[in-house]
Amino acid sequence: MGLCNYKKKLEIKALSIDKMKNLIDLEKKINSELTTKINKTKIKHNQIYVEIDKEDLIDVLLFVKTNKDAKFRQLIDITVVDYPEEAQRFKIVYLLLSHEFNQRLILSYFISEKEVISSITSIFPSANWMEREVFDMYGVNFKDHPDLRRILTDYGFEGHPLRKDFPLTGHIESRYSEEQKKVINEPVKLEQNYRNFDYESPWEGTKYIKEQTKIDDKKN
Amino acid sequence: MTKKIKNLNLNFGPQHPAAHGVLRLILELDGEVVEKADPHIGLLHRGTEKLIENKTYMQAVPYFDRLDYVAPMNQEHAFALAIEKILGIDVPIRAQYIRVMFCEIGRILSHILNVTTQALDVGALTPSLWGFEERETLMTFYERASGSRLHANYFRAGGVHQDLPVGLEKDIGKFCETFPKVINDLENLLTDNRIFKQRNVDIGIVTKEDALDYSFSGVMIRGSGVPWDLRKSQPYDCYDQLEFKIPIGKNGDCYDRYLCRIEEMKESVFIIKQCLAKMEKGPIKTFDGKISPPSKKEIKQSMEALIHHFKLFTEGYRVPEDEIYTAVEAPKGEFGVYLISDGSSKPYKCKIRAPGFSHLQSMDYLIKGHMLADVPAVLGSLDIVFGEVDR
Repeated sequence: MGLCNYKKKLEIKALSIDKMKNLIDLEKKINSELTTKINKTKIKHNQIYVEIDKEDLIDVLLFVKTNKDAKFRQLIDITVVDYPEEAQRFKIVYLLLSHEFNQRLILSYFISEKEVISSITSIFPSANWMEREVFDMYGVNFKDHPDLRRILTDYGFEGHPLRKDFPLTGHIESRYSEEQKKVINEPVKLEQNYRNFDYESPWEGTKYIKEQTKIDDKKN
Repeated sequence: MTKKIKNLNLNFGPQHPAAHGVLRLILELDGEVVEKADPHIGLLHRGTEKLIENKTYMQAVPYFDRLDYVAPMNQEHAFALAIEKILGIDVPIRAQYIRVMFCEIGRILSHILNVTTQALDVGALTPSLWGFEERETLMTFYERASGSRLHANYFRAGGVHQDLPVGLEKDIGKFCETFPKVINDLENLLTDNRIFKQRNVDIGIVTKEDALDYSFSGVMIRGSGVPWDLRKSQPYDCYDQLEFKIPIGKNGDCYDRYLCRIEEMKESVFIIKQCLAKMEKGPIKTFDGKISPPSKKEIKQSMEALIHHFKLFTEGYRVPEDEIYTAVEAPKGEFGVYLISDGSSKPYKCKIRAPGFSHLQSMDYLIKGHMLADVPAVLGSLDIVFGEVDR
């Protein structure tokens, strides 16, 4: 049991500037070493965002995990963003962390609904449950996953709750039936439907803000 | 004649006092040795992420209290920071100290619960009786600041909801004087206790490499000797202006994790003291009327304030299009929020990264080859709360 004394205040301040510089170096490095495999990179909020193609996932992950200037040893999370109106509906997102260089990397690519993607459990063992969760919540299928089962929803659940077209109230409700002496599932019956009021302001304030933020974004 | 011996499948939970909630653990036993553990989770799944997508940013805050319900404000912190970073607003210094102070109170709350219930799981009753008394005091502080003992709903983007009531700072100061003695008492009961050591030393060892591979964070990774704490490495709010140490374990077993937690509580008390000393009177939330609601007095006097109030509590504030991941060092590890905003007043997507999820995942790896009686010890040292694992 040892107490590890960290750097004091001033050095940490300096660290955040260093970190930004490192991120730019890392961005260059990734772009030069993986040229064709990278679609787009950007740095924002002290994180590096990398967009790739589905096929290059394993190569890129192996590179950022093992390269001596990256060392993203830890997979923080895997998640999906659903854009139902797009042809390539799901954006798969991998959040990675490098302890060594104190950096965060967000890797993403788009797939369409029926596509199967490769599991990364062989590279990061912790991806197991994260991929199960993605499968459960969004219905994205993984190739070579050791144990692809539902994880958070009930046994025998149908549908993928976090998809945008899944209703907030769900499809079935459970209750204890006194006659049958057991818990039964029934279609949801609500006295009043879920009401989603549109509060979006008609006044101009918003449009002006939208334009202003666009201009500001361009400046940045 | 040969007899075929079949392994025994044992259901541990979902209603088991040592399962710390609703964990259904299916254990495959060879005699008393665990061959395989398959945790079934999701019995407390409430669809938090889905609900947040359908609520405004302000309405989403209470859902964070209900994740890890033993340290509610730490979760709110991650969400508030994510919004603040996207909006690019500054938090007044007093609000930063209040937030950090309550995060550390949350850390103590969580660690007391964990240390004492872990002791309970391996047979020591007294620590929990002593520890829970202190938790009660701390929850009173929560109540006095936010109006609620557990589900605080206190942090806002741009500060906190209300200023601290008169006298609270003094009482927290008093607590900081008396609490170290309670930690010592707990240590007297446990640290050198023969039974406690027999049950915890060399149980559930995690190597450095495995801690990284299994996405461990917080005490779980520090117990294995990796010096990593987000409060130091990626400081948020005013953590860079405070002095504190990070306890690191050596062996990565249950006992080292217990020691880390005890030391962290001592450091937390030290941080709270510094916050109290450095806190000065001043604003507690951003003045931007488009984000933080006006005071009751202003509403009665100013038309603009009235409009702001009305718009904030119907439409809510709008957050420009962006994508961000923010993490805080919650008592259990790295708690993160991956937020995607689309320019409306509701989050388009809000993924919650709970530390307990990755920790529980490694149950099979941790328990393989151990005895059945070690299951509660390992589970206890993982510090699992089902609110955050199941979300």
